[in-house]
Amino acid sequence: MSDKKKGPESKTYKFDTLSLHAGYQPHKNAGSRQVPIYQTTSYLFDDVDHAAALFNLERGGHIYSRISNPTVGVLEERVASLEGGTAALATSSGMSAIFLTVMTLCEAGDHLVVSSQLYGGTVNLFRLTLPKFGIKCTFVKPRDTEGFKKAIQKNTKGIFGELVGNPGNEIMNMPEIAKIAHDAGIPLMVDATYQTPYLCKPFEHGADIVIHSLTKWMAGHGSSMAGILVEGGNFDWMQNDKFPTMTKPYEGYHGLSFAEEFGPTAFTMKARAEGMRDFGPCLSPQNAWNVLQGIETLSVRMKKHCSNAEEMVKYLLGHESVAWVSHPSVPDHPDHALAKKLLPNGRGSMIAFGIKGGKDAGVAFINSVKLASHLANVGDTRTLVIHPASGTHSQMDEATLKFAGLSHDMIRLSVGIEDIEDIKNDFEVGFRAARKPRLVSNQ
Amino acid sequence: MKFKVNGHEVFASTGGRPFDKNKPLIIFVHGSGLTHMTWVLQTRYFAFHGYTCLALDMPGHGLSGGKSLKSIEDMADWISSVIDSVGYKEASLVGHSQGCLVTIECTARYPDKIKTLSLMGGAGAIPMNPDLLALAESGDPKAVDLMMDWAHGPAGHFGGHPVPGLYHINTGGMLAKSRTIKDTLAVDFRACDNYKNGFEAAKKIKIPTLSILATDDKMCPVKEGKKLADLIEGSKVDIIDNCGHMMLLEEADRVLKVLKSFITTNYPSKH
Amino acid sequence: MSKNPETIALHGGDYRSDPATTAVAVPLYRTTSYQFNDTGHAANLFALKEFGNIYTRIMNPTNDVLEKRVAALEGGLAALTVGSGQAASTFAIMNVCQSGDNFISSTDLYGGTVNLFTHTLKKLGIECRYADPADPKNFEKLIDEKTRCFYAETLPNPYLRVFPIKEVADIGRKHNIPLIMDNTASPVICKPLEHGAAVVVHSLTKFIGGHGTVIGGCLVDGGNFDWTADPKRQPLFNEPDMSYGGAKWGEVVPQLTGANVSFAIRARVCLLRDLGAPLAPDNAWGIIQGLETAPLRMKQHCSNAEKTVDFLKKHKNVERVIYPTLHEGEIAARSKKYFKGGNGALVGIEVKGGVEAGKKFIESLKMFYHVANIGDARSLAIHPATTTHSQLTEEELLAAGVTPGYVRLSIGIEHPDDIIADLDQALNSSGKPNLKAVG
Repeated sequence: MSDKKKGPESKTYKFDTLSLHAGYQPHKNAGSRQVPIYQTTSYLFDDVDHAAALFNLERGGHIYSRISNPTVGVLEERVASLEGGTAALATSSGMSAIFLTVMTLCEAGDHLVVSSQLYGGTVNLFRLTLPKFGIKCTFVKPRDTEGFKKAIQKNTKGIFGELVGNPGNEIMNMPEIAKIAHDAGIPLMVDATYQTPYLCKPFEHGADIVIHSLTKWMAGHGSSMAGILVEGGNFDWMQNDKFPTMTKPYEGYHGLSFAEEFGPTAFTMKARAEGMRDFGPCLSPQNAWNVLQGIETLSVRMKKHCSNAEEMVKYLLGHESVAWVSHPSVPDHPDHALAKKLLPNGRGSMIAFGIKGGKDAGVAFINSVKLASHLANVGDTRTLVIHPASGTHSQMDEATLKFAGLSHDMIRLSVGIEDIEDIKNDFEVGFRAARKPRLVSNQ
Repeated sequence: MKFKVNGHEVFASTGGRPFDKNKPLIIFVHGSGLTHMTWVLQTRYFAFHGYTCLALDMPGHGLSGGKSLKSIEDMADWISSVIDSVGYKEASLVGHSQGCLVTIECTARYPDKIKTLSLMGGAGAIPMNPDLLALAESGDPKAVDLMMDWAHGPAGHFGGHPVPGLYHINTGGMLAKSRTIKDTLAVDFRACDNYKNGFEAAKKIKIPTLSILATDDKMCPVKEGKKLADLIEGSKVDIIDNCGHMMLLEEADRVLKVLKSFITTNYPSKH
Repeated sequence: MSKNPETIALHGGDYRSDPATTAVAVPLYRTTSYQFNDTGHAANLFALKEFGNIYTRIMNPTNDVLEKRVAALEGGLAALTVGSGQAASTFAIMNVCQSGDNFISSTDLYGGTVNLFTHTLKKLGIECRYADPADPKNFEKLIDEKTRCFYAETLPNPYLRVFPIKEVADIGRKHNIPLIMDNTASPVICKPLEHGAAVVVHSLTKFIGGHGTVIGGCLVDGGNFDWTADPKRQPLFNEPDMSYGGAKWGEVVPQLTGANVSFAIRARVCLLRDLGAPLAPDNAWGIIQGLETAPLRMKQHCSNAEKTVDFLKKHKNVERVIYPTLHEGEIAARSKKYFKGGNGALVGIEVKGGVEAGKKFIESLKMFYHVANIGDARSLAIHPATTTHSQLTEEELLAAGVTPGYVRLSIGIEHPDDIIADLDQALNSSGKPNLKAVG
């Protein structure tokens, strides 16, 4: 059974294999090699006992597609396997994955410590919307590791952050912040949308819950909205009395204690049985299938995304129209060393750069490029550009803009997997226009 | 629920229903290094259908106190003490893997107390791969990875957990890592390796016995399971296709169906 | 535009053909994002200075067709589609309530909504107060200065007592409190907005979709409620929202759009943005297909249900039949007042012989599907005591109106003779003694 010299090695499937196979067994699905799309709302019960057993969580299975669906289930298992997690719950968008995570953890009167460098939608959720429901947040700059510790209060239920902050490319010291969270008996939740498990598996660095907008690099095609929360299975909910809804009998479920009964999958079970059941942001089976198609090519795409990004960084650094470039692969980036440790397979394909000539030049650039698409998304296979000061973040007042780490000359670039020369040629067009901004008017 | 056995606190899941002394008792005994949670898809059913269930955390495992017991014989005696401690005179036993060795030995030692015996992935002896044993005894998490690799059949390696969204291999691995490997998994492996009385114990068993075996079980192959079953008078054998050693998760519904028919026939509840 | 649901279902809203290709069938825009014309366009979209597609979480052209069509069907001004009926209920409440607020709900409610209201919203500091709709005045008694809305279902299980929409809406309007009606069980046959409701929510999964293939929900803004009349009553519409540069939704939306659609817009740009429960465009497309035949199906559903009720009333193994028209007095009068063209597809029966007979009946059905759903074109049945409501204690069961022998039927559009034949044979076997032992 084993090679005597090296000792036996586990032969559980590796990343590239899991991205094609995990969560699905053809022999249980009419032999169909591809995952079927179960476009159904409901499921027939064998008999009354079967129905009751499903409702009581006595047996696994599907009741209603709001709560679970076989196609969505394959996606959930596949992402859990890629992340090295125990369980996952897919949602209809990345935002609803964050929302369900917070709702599973918190109630009115609770508090979260949150990294200040986040996607604008997430900032709005934590800064303005959650407080309306009694959940308060303290924001800490991602590099201020000690600040996370200081911000923890008695009613703090967790720490949340994006591994590489958007849009400033500031990296959280995940291992240290995880330790701070665990010393305080609370979980660390990481939004790893920009990394995908190909670049980083946050559970290996101490995270307890990983969240993805699957809409982005995981799917890649920009055709479908989807989100997911993944559980690491290592957090001990019973170590303190901070999480009574996980550890005490739950009245909505016959007095079930999720932590006692489901241990390493308790968080996901609760998020599904309560949050998904009641709030209902379920993923459509068709979208789950579309995302599965994307995940099949995750590794090959991410390699190309990263190599194109490094090429673009070199190109931008050497360009006369560029004032500055922010990407963790740049040697003088403040988190260069940390990025090497946390993102050994590549530093991601999000680049921020400053265009000489400020806001007007930024507007001219964006309005002139032809290949790069100007839109409110990231992580498409196609190259995307946006000028936050005049686009995504235009609803923010001056203070909020600064708070989010933005400047007027900043262009955010999500590097696609086109031929690198075509991307560079397109940028030349943009830069030429930016040097003569008056020729491109913007009503 | 928590209760005390020999002065140490013990945790057992009651399958989501309150402990009820009026109903017949089924005790579930987990495999090496694991916890009560491996039984979640069996206990909840019986708990909702007329039985009192105790899916135990063995001493030193999961949420139970004390130290891991060092021999299968000690574990067998301990199961008998559990029955006494909760105020019962008899029980039906269900074991998985190492839990099979424990329940066989317990049944042989306390023939009047045990009313039915259900074995999953059982064998008369479970000699340990020396490399695996060494890894566990050095506390190397690789031991858990290897165990999870070998314990799942080819189909199980792709997932397909009956509970939507759960991923087998990582869930099992997390259970086995929930306490220190050296103090749980390693002690269990050594106890299995040392235990030689399985076949003798089996010959003494006169109660209804069920063996559920799986075609792709590398840890307790069908051949070994059958050898054991042959020694137990009138024992029933059920073999599951396309399934490995972690049958209670890999084919939870199939296992439950067989177990349900066996226990409700041979140890019926009036409730 | 036509007032007739058959026409609205096919033409309602402003979609005639695809602007890009002139295709008549609604195209499926399976995209997440939309190219901006230029930076000015982008800035205007984000600042809500002009409306247009930004990102499919917030809006999508396929969903837009469905939204406008459902709004037209309900006689509302605007609609918002979301990922499920539950998400629609969640959004309806969270769009008007924040921590410390309360709302008043009818006691007659779908179990999933009860869980949301009683257990889950409570955790967000939102209190649900329950009023028995038998007497509309019960709603008035529970109002205090923190009450933000009323919530009820038009045709609620298990009693199938039609809700007194106008009576309760009128009470609400006296206090500037909007009535939100869940009209899932009675589209086409009832239009709550015409009776004074301010907002309608649907699980589109049910009768509007009809095919049981997709999950979806929506909120319809009636445009008939003044959110600014009493600023203290509706703070979320009258206090500045710092996530949109201090916009006051009750004021800014009518200014921008020229229409009183503050409720729909706020739900879209705040709740879909932050809580993110969008409906997949594929699902919107699937529901549009269903909606096209919803008025025809509803007719058949209702006439089949009437025939089924007549049959069940006479069956020896049926203790009791529950149907909106079978109530007495004022409650029965409500179905005449609020329903046009039928009384719905939901029928409750009490099978003689309690829980075992109920089980036996369900398991003997051959054509009816035993599933946890309603409103499919196919006939469905479920025995709540052993399924959907099995998480409740016996007292909670009775409080929810679920007796041991109660079976819920959702009558489909098969031929009525086949529906009745299946029920007949199952009822006959429910009365027979059990031959095999029950585990």
